[in-house]
Amino acid sequence: MGREQSLETGTKTGWMVRLLPGVKTRKQAREALWAYIFISPWLLGLIIFFGGPIIASLLLAFTDYNLLKTPQFIGLGNFQRAFGEDNLFWPALGKTFYFSAIYVPIVVVGSLLLAIFLNQRVAGTNIFRTLFFLPHLTPAVSLAILWLWLLHPQLGPVNHILGKLGLPQPGWHTSPIWAMPAIIIMTLWAGLGGNRMLIYLAGLQGVPQELYEASQIDGAGAWAKFRYVTLPMISPVIFFNFILAVIGSLQVFTQAFVSTRGGPAYATWFFALHIYHQAFKYYRLGYGCLLAWFLAVILIIFTYIQMRFSERWVYYAGA
Amino acid sequence: MQGLSTTTGRPKRVLVFGLSVYRLRYLWGRGGLYLILIALSAIFGFPFFWTLSSSLKTGPEWYVYPPKWLPDSPQWGNYREVFTLFRYPYGRWTMNTVLIVVLSTAGTIISASMVAYGFARFRFPGKNVLFLLTLSTMMIPGQVTLIPQFILFHKMHWVDTLQPLWVPFWFGGGAFYIFLLRQFFLTLPIELDEAALIDGAGYVRVFWSVLLPLCKPVIATVAIIAFMAHWSDFMGPLVYLNTPEKFTISVGLQFFQDLREVGGKPLQHILMAATTLSIIPCIVVFFAGQRYFVRGIVMTGLKG
Repeated sequence: MGREQSLETGTKTGWMVRLLPGVKTRKQAREALWAYIFISPWLLGLIIFFGGPIIASLLLAFTDYNLLKTPQFIGLGNFQRAFGEDNLFWPALGKTFYFSAIYVPIVVVGSLLLAIFLNQRVAGTNIFRTLFFLPHLTPAVSLAILWLWLLHPQLGPVNHILGKLGLPQPGWHTSPIWAMPAIIIMTLWAGLGGNRMLIYLAGLQGVPQELYEASQIDGAGAWAKFRYVTLPMISPVIFFNFILAVIGSLQVFTQAFVSTRGGPAYATWFFALHIYHQAFKYYRLGYGCLLAWFLAVILIIFTYIQMRFSERWVYYAGA
Repeated sequence: MQGLSTTTGRPKRVLVFGLSVYRLRYLWGRGGLYLILIALSAIFGFPFFWTLSSSLKTGPEWYVYPPKWLPDSPQWGNYREVFTLFRYPYGRWTMNTVLIVVLSTAGTIISASMVAYGFARFRFPGKNVLFLLTLSTMMIPGQVTLIPQFILFHKMHWVDTLQPLWVPFWFGGGAFYIFLLRQFFLTLPIELDEAALIDGAGYVRVFWSVLLPLCKPVIATVAIIAFMAHWSDFMGPLVYLNTPEKFTISVGLQFFQDLREVGGKPLQHILMAATTLSIIPCIVVFFAGQRYFVRGIVMTGLKG
């Protein structure tokens, strides 16, 4: 009955009542119309900057395209190039995993430690927190330049200090072995006290005080409280930080691009660097799309595995 | 983890120098903690100190071994030379960067808050699907969409202009900001809207005059996070900008880092001054809006 009454042809919104599921009255039609108006910038954005490019990128992955001629369909040609002819494909992947495997555990555990230090109710916590956070604000290019000179083999203060302590003075960015640690160190400096630490800190402050009091009565020491109260309660935060750290680290680009250019001897030739070179230096745009999708699939698989695995160790209070 | 030095059981009544063992262990723990915090501050702070000190050195002082911790007399003129000595003026790069940052941040705030209002307050067909789609765009690495976007902007003859770096942000700004704003809209009582609607206000009035003024804290958060992101962005300007006059600070610094010597004259100290200048705005903005910034970061971590 209500539906028939509302089917007023000739009104501006009548067509919406007829066409859209769930819209039964003029009032609802008006509401929906306004909603579409408000979200219209994003609808366009989704199509122009996400949907369209994603489909285009999937198609381009099977083509040879360099902006000048029309894309040539080459079937699995780009796959052949990636897994066969491209000598830098697997090394680039290897370097990226090397970086992640060292960087992620240190940054996930290290920021948690920093947050724990800051959560001890000491005077001046805010000052320390700000000091730890400041490196995170350094733009990536500035970060790379700054550390390039801090770690300069001859003129840098770091090697100077190492020499004074009687320790070996590595060539850092100029050495195929030490270039990777150099990039890990600069990324850690900016990453340890950054957003991750703030999120941990909020997580730690959100652990209900009663749980500590209860465990105290049960005779728990500092370690037991940490292990059996803090850790389970903040496990969702650890999980969140872990996933974001993995995703971010597999896309590492700027630090290496500015400080080592992927060298020396391709020692820091990360996958994102490889994509950039193929797509924007050699204008192999089709191949670049395939590489980008390869990275995306790796990220999605990793995230999926972590999510499945997380059920074993992440505890959601109230879930 | 409350205090490094919580004891198990009761404090014992053994006194050392008039202090109980419990008290001693507490002081010991606090002292250790401060020591760790100060050492960490030194490690985190040292690179800043070094950059600042290097930026005030003379050219020759750069190449002294062992490295000098402080310049003999600080060369504040280095900072002026940043703007005059570069063949491609740093002032121009700063202007370009500011333009991109302001336009893209404004676009993000305006369009993302509109979209967030739409998602937070209306019922419409396809809402849930669209919102899920929105969130899922956060999962896609930027590299996947970068190449087709580049082709698009190439066809539009926008490559080597600043447009690709700010126009897209007028289309909703990105899922992260929409999500952040929507969460905030959801905390505002719906009665506000209803009262205004009954009084005859339209949705635009409700959005603009009733709700948006209440959103100032979250808009500050969005503004600061967007500022940081655009100020430091490197990949975008690197891909889209070719002529040095159009560079942003990030690409310009990288370009200069590659040249390093202009006319046989080492310009390391000037590069350091330029690097310092590139960091300062981020730190200033952070201090100005620390409260909003931290809240925004925490919100994404604990609710996202």
